[in-house]
Amino acid sequence: MVVPGETLTTNEIAVQAVEESKRTRRRSRMPDQNPLWAEIMIYGVLTVLTLITLLPMMNVLARSLSDAATVAQNPLMLVPQRMTLDAYEYIFNTPVLMRSFGISVFVTVVGTLFNMIVTTTAAYGLSKTYIPGHKFLMWMVITPMLFSAGLLPTYILMKDLGLINSVWVMVIAGLVSPFNLILLRNFFWSIPPELEDAARLDGASDLRCLWDIALPLSKPVLATVSLFYAVAHWNDFFTGLFFITDNSKWPLQVVLRTIIIDQNMMNMGGAKAPTGDVQQLVVSADNIKAATIIFAVIPIILVYPFLQRHFVKGIMLGSIKG
Amino acid sequence: MEATIPNARRDGNVVAQGSSNPRKSTLRRMWQYRQLYLLILPALVYFIIFAYVPLYGLQMAFKDFQVFRGLWDSPWVGWQNFQHLFSSPKFPQLIENTLLISIYRLIFGFPVPILFALLLNEVRHIAFKRSVQTITYFPHFLSWVVMAGIVINLLGPTGIINTIVREAGGDPINFLANPDLFRINLVVTGILKEFGWGAIIYLAALPGIDPQLYESAKVDGAGKLRQIRDITLPGLRPVMAIVLVLSLGSLLDAGFDQVFMLLNGATLEVGDIIDTYVYRVGLLEANFELATAVGLFKGVNGMILIVTANSILRRFGERSIW
Repeated sequence: MVVPGETLTTNEIAVQAVEESKRTRRRSRMPDQNPLWAEIMIYGVLTVLTLITLLPMMNVLARSLSDAATVAQNPLMLVPQRMTLDAYEYIFNTPVLMRSFGISVFVTVVGTLFNMIVTTTAAYGLSKTYIPGHKFLMWMVITPMLFSAGLLPTYILMKDLGLINSVWVMVIAGLVSPFNLILLRNFFWSIPPELEDAARLDGASDLRCLWDIALPLSKPVLATVSLFYAVAHWNDFFTGLFFITDNSKWPLQVVLRTIIIDQNMMNMGGAKAPTGDVQQLVVSADNIKAATIIFAVIPIILVYPFLQRHFVKGIMLGSIKG
Repeated sequence: MEATIPNARRDGNVVAQGSSNPRKSTLRRMWQYRQLYLLILPALVYFIIFAYVPLYGLQMAFKDFQVFRGLWDSPWVGWQNFQHLFSSPKFPQLIENTLLISIYRLIFGFPVPILFALLLNEVRHIAFKRSVQTITYFPHFLSWVVMAGIVINLLGPTGIINTIVREAGGDPINFLANPDLFRINLVVTGILKEFGWGAIIYLAALPGIDPQLYESAKVDGAGKLRQIRDITLPGLRPVMAIVLVLSLGSLLDAGFDQVFMLLNGATLEVGDIIDTYVYRVGLLEANFELATAVGLFKGVNGMILIVTANSILRRFGERSIW
C-alpha cells in the first residue's frame, strides 16, 4: 500500500528472523522445570492472555450463528445458541455484500499474482550486486521507504492516470512493497553462487538460473511473501476508501466499515430492523454485523494454517532440532 | 540486513563476470547483464510512476490550488499554506495527539511481546505452546475494520463489558465516546492485536543465545531471574534495538487504520492525528493545498526520524535497516 506513508511493518522482520533461526538451527535448551508457583504463574498468565484474545472473537462467531432473540437476551454467549444460518443467508442474498466480496477476491488473486511476478524478478536482478549501477538501483527502491509524497499528490496522480473509481487501483497501488522486495533480494543473495556457476558454465542464462535454481530454493519464502501480499490485499481498506467513491466498486472491507460504523450508531440510537432484500428472515442488526465480520475473516482463516506452518514450526524447528 | 551474509559472496559471480577480461567496458558489461536489468525494469517503472512522479504534486503545498486552472497554472503563494497551518490552533493539537499516541504505544506496547516471549519460552508442553501461539498470532492478520468490529462489540454501549457492568448493577461506561479513555483504548486494543505476533522475532532470536552461557550461570548458582536478566535480555538486545528504532522512525504515523476506525465526533479532539486530518481536510473537504502541506511536513520529519534512527543503530554497531 502506498498511502499514507509506507510504514515499516513487523512482517518482514519476522520472516527474516524466522528464516535465520531455521538456518542456524542451534540446539537450544529445553526449559528447566521451574518451581511450582512459577509454573502456575507462567501457565496462568499465558492462559489469561490467550483467553483475552480468543473470547471476543468467539463471541462474535456465536452471535453470527445464533437466533436474533437469543443474542439480544444473552449477549455474552461463547457458543451459538439456537443455532441458525439466517444471518449468513441474509449476506448471500444482499447484492452489495456479494459484489464487494467478488471485488475483494479479484483484487486479492490478481493483485497477489502481479505482486509476486514484479517483486520476484526485481529481487533476483537486484541480488546480483555486481551489475553496473546496482547501488543506484537499490537506492531507487529504498528512497520510497524513507519519503513519500503523501496522500494528496498520490490522489492527483491516480486521477491523472484515470485510476479513480477503477478496481485496478487496488491492484496497482501497492504493486511492489520495498520491504518484501528487499527481503526476497536478501534471500536470493544468500544462495551460494556456486550453485548457479555450474549452470552458467553449461550456458544457462540469468532467466534460466532464476527459474531453475533460485526459485525452487526459495519456495517457502516465496509462499510466505505471497501470503503476506494476499492478506494485505484482502485487508486493504484505505486504497478503496481514498480512491473509490462509487460504492458499487467498493471492496468488502470498505462495505464492512460502513456496516460496523452504522451499526454502532444504531446501537446508540436503539435497534432498528434491517431493511434488506430478504424481509422474511428474522435477523437483527447485531446478527448481520457479526456475520459480516466472520464473512470477511473466513479467507484469512483458510490461509492461516499455511502462515502458521511457516512461523510456528519455523520457530519450533529452530529451537528443538539439533 | 546485509551484515548477516558472509562478505565473500558479495562480489558475485566469478564466471559471469568474465574474469579473463577485467577491462571490459561498462556498457559491454551492462549488455552482458541485460536480462537482469530487464527483470528489474517493471519494478523500477512502478517506483518511478507511483513513488517519484507524485513528487511533482508537492508543489501544491506552495500554491493556491484552483481546480479549474489545474495544478500547473495555479498561482504560487510561497510559504503561505505553511504559515496558515502553523498558526492554526489545530496544528499543535495534531502534533500532540500523534506524538502522544505513538509514545504511549511505544512505552506500553514495547515490553509486552518481550515478556510474552519470555513466558512462552518457559513452557515445556509443546501442544500448549503451539495453541497459545496459534491463537495470539491470529489477530495480527485481521484488518482494523474487522478488529474495530470486535472492539466495538466488546466496548460499545451494548458491548460485552457494558453488559457485565450492567448486570453487576453498575452504570454503563461509553468507552468509545469518552475523550479521557480514547488513547488508552487505542493503546490497549493495539497491544491486544499485535502482542502475539510481536513476540515472534524474540522467540526466533532466543535459540541463538549460546546455551553454554546458561550452563555456566547455573554452575555459578544463578537463579532463573538472574539468568533472564544477565543472559537472555542482553541476548535479545539486537532485536529490541531494531524494534525500538523502527517505532522511533514511525512516530508520526500513530496507526492510521486503527485511529480512523475508532475515531468519532466525541473523541476527535484527543484522537485526530496527522493522517486522519490529511484525509478529512484533503479528500473530504477538498482543501488540497493545506492537506498537501501537512503531508509534506509529515514526510520531511518522518524522513529525518527514520534516517536518525538508522544512524543510531549503526552507531551502536547493531544491524541497521539499510
